[in-house]
Amino acid sequence: MVDNELKIELGKQGILVTTIEELYNWGRRSSVWPMQFGLACCAIEMIATTMARYDLARFGAEVFRPSPRQADLMIVSGTVTKKMAPQVVRLYNQMAEPKYVIAMGACAISGGPFKQGYNVLKGIDRYIPVDVHIPGCPPRPEALIQAFMTLQKKIDGQPLTGEGRPRFLDADAQCEFPVPEQGAHDLEPPSNQGVWPVEIQGVGSRERRDIDGRQVSTDH
Amino acid sequence: MSVAETRTERSAGWNRPPAVEPEGEGELLEVAMGPHHPSTHGVFRMDVSLDGERVVRLKPVFGYLHRNHEKIAEGVAYLASMPYTDRLDYFCSLTNNWAYALAVEKLAGQEVPARAEYIRVILAELTRIQNHASTIGFLLQEMGASGTPLMYAFREREKILDLFESLTGSRMMCNYMRFGGCRVDLSSAWIEATKKVVAGLPAFVDEFEALLTGNEILMARCQGVGVLKPDLAVNAGISGPMLRASGVNYDLRKVDHYGIYDRFQFRVPLGDHGDIYDRYMVRVLEMRESIGILNQALQDIPLGPIMDAKAKLRGFRPKPGEAYGRIEAPKGELGFYLISDGGPNPYRYRVRPPSLINLTVLEDMCLGHNVADVVLIFGSVDIVLGEVDR
Amino acid sequence: MKTVEEIKAAIEAAVPGAGVTVVLNPSPSAQHSLRLEPAHALAVAAFLRDDPELAFDYLSNVTGVDWLDKEIAEKVKVTRQVTKTVDGPEGTKLEQVVDEIVEETRKHVEPGSLEAVYHLYSVALRHGPLVLRMRTVNRTDKVELPSLTPVWRAAELQEREVFDLYGIVFTGHPDLRRILMWDEFKDYPMRKDYVEPDDYEYEPTAHDAVLKRAQEHRSREQGSRD
Repeated sequence: MVDNELKIELGKQGILVTTIEELYNWGRRSSVWPMQFGLACCAIEMIATTMARYDLARFGAEVFRPSPRQADLMIVSGTVTKKMAPQVVRLYNQMAEPKYVIAMGACAISGGPFKQGYNVLKGIDRYIPVDVHIPGCPPRPEALIQAFMTLQKKIDGQPLTGEGRPRFLDADAQCEFPVPEQGAHDLEPPSNQGVWPVEIQGVGSRERRDIDGRQVSTDH
Repeated sequence: MSVAETRTERSAGWNRPPAVEPEGEGELLEVAMGPHHPSTHGVFRMDVSLDGERVVRLKPVFGYLHRNHEKIAEGVAYLASMPYTDRLDYFCSLTNNWAYALAVEKLAGQEVPARAEYIRVILAELTRIQNHASTIGFLLQEMGASGTPLMYAFREREKILDLFESLTGSRMMCNYMRFGGCRVDLSSAWIEATKKVVAGLPAFVDEFEALLTGNEILMARCQGVGVLKPDLAVNAGISGPMLRASGVNYDLRKVDHYGIYDRFQFRVPLGDHGDIYDRYMVRVLEMRESIGILNQALQDIPLGPIMDAKAKLRGFRPKPGEAYGRIEAPKGELGFYLISDGGPNPYRYRVRPPSLINLTVLEDMCLGHNVADVVLIFGSVDIVLGEVDR
Repeated sequence: MKTVEEIKAAIEAAVPGAGVTVVLNPSPSAQHSLRLEPAHALAVAAFLRDDPELAFDYLSNVTGVDWLDKEIAEKVKVTRQVTKTVDGPEGTKLEQVVDEIVEETRKHVEPGSLEAVYHLYSVALRHGPLVLRMRTVNRTDKVELPSLTPVWRAAELQEREVFDLYGIVFTGHPDLRRILMWDEFKDYPMRKDYVEPDDYEYEPTAHDAVLKRAQEHRSREQGSRD
């Protein structure tokens, strides 16, 4: 392995040193094609993000694909109702790996202001795994760009082998999830097993660090 | 049989969609357009039966964005519904605010000070301009002009959203009007900035028109397509630019005299044929009239309070009764119907959504046309799903 | 525009036995309404649309209202016969029946109903609104009302919505299906006594009524686990 300083030094001399993994992930993260799929208010901010002022094209994501078969990223942009939820899950299942999900806005995360509604799903992560959540009602275009960069960081950090590799390199990983049925009173089942409840990483661990990264306390 | 009954008998069925017979003997193709479909403005489905390319039956399917706005509003105080109205027609939060405030003011008998009325007019007309510009942009997008017209529209929209943001704190969900006035006052700097933006708008509309109005493709795709007859339009409760494109002179700003629209000079653009092209033209001309209203309003805006001194924000309980208030929103007649039982929450809270009711005649307009035209006709209605399904 | 009383008189002259009643609205909006007999509603509606002086050709808004069964407590004065012991002559006690006026609260239940409300305007004469109302017999089985869609097409989607959310069955409607909820759905969610499905297991910022429901959910869940 070449260490980082040497890499920079060689770069100054015009020699690029990289690994297959880095090159591969660089390619993947720079051409994430989102699905052209708007649900509610947040979709308008998503459109505004692609327009000239915010210009999502800078991140290699201007190609909005109408078909789920060609898309890598699903931006759940708005309230998912119980009538719409089976369709969202079906669209997710139809997307080919590698696929990622951004839950955009309060409604997609938890139902948001409409949480008390009888027809509102309380968060899309009850049925499909979500990679990035962005709060806001609606989130500003800058927030969507930030979510996008977070996703790129996640793709960059995925090793190609071993633990934590992307799903499409893991034969055992679950890529499709059951589509809920519309019952007489509610969706059945109310959530998919293995997806919900979400395990939040870091919560419950005893290690806490301060702003500079120093460990501050180990017990509580 | 009474006179009325014979009349009913004679006129029964004239307002139903005509039956279109398939030509030839081929099988009909059933297509579900939506709920995920790039052309639809959100999650909307049309179940279309096709004979070749020709539409012989079309059933709209709603409810994919039914977020229970009315049920939630019946469980919270009057003021707490104001932010929810922003999310009805999420292009035009300020006109939604106004319609709701107007209905509550009717219910409680509140007066609005002159300055607040001016502010409302200014914001509503800015909203109308950005809504119509975006609608035309989306219509052209659906026609195949991907990008350019929508980019131009959104460039102008961003300027107006910046004004909204600096005044209300939010780009889209403004939550600005209150019962008996407005939330914060305008600064003179804001008025100057608005004057600057408004001064740039005629050039934008000119540019838009130079690109589009005489465009051959636009004329070929739009003229004579999706015709709506005026008598059916009135009977089906169509409102807004759609109704006026069919030649019916019914603009609530002139009819209801709500707010202070009597003080401004503006004309009501009317269409002749009721086709897509007329709907496009009516919107363009309405933008020009709105610019005229804005210039007058920004000129004469008086100083003074922006809230009714008697207005009560906390512990607001209107006397038992009911009221229906409506305004000319960019999409059409937006009404709110409220029943009060004397409590802090409305007993019944109903939104009269122009988008939903304008879709009543979608099938009538689409029958016999090609499936590619369905997308255009649907786009020319100008709907937002947040308001259709609420 | 004519007042509601004048319109009522005009309707009764045109449609004999229409049975229209005026419902006054005490709020400052003063939008009074007319309650129609469902049996004559279609004829009255056609008259309102076609009469040249009224010309209500534009149906703006259709909606439903749910009125629950109301328990009304009234104070009534009742005369009751009460036996009293009265001092008789020579120290004896006598029982005597006396009439006495007693105040008594009587409760009676006013049966609830579902109501359809229509707001009419006139495009030709530029007046309005006129509010029409119709009530069903009760909230459970007799929930039919005549559809006004044959008169005003504007009612088509809105009556479907009232059917979907309130469960009023509009007879004569050309296409009465659920519109907002899915077809398999069984409840009428806008009714005041609708109980929504319990999905309160995860409430990060629960408060007030939501907190109560989340706690109820948790205790139920724990009960099932034990």
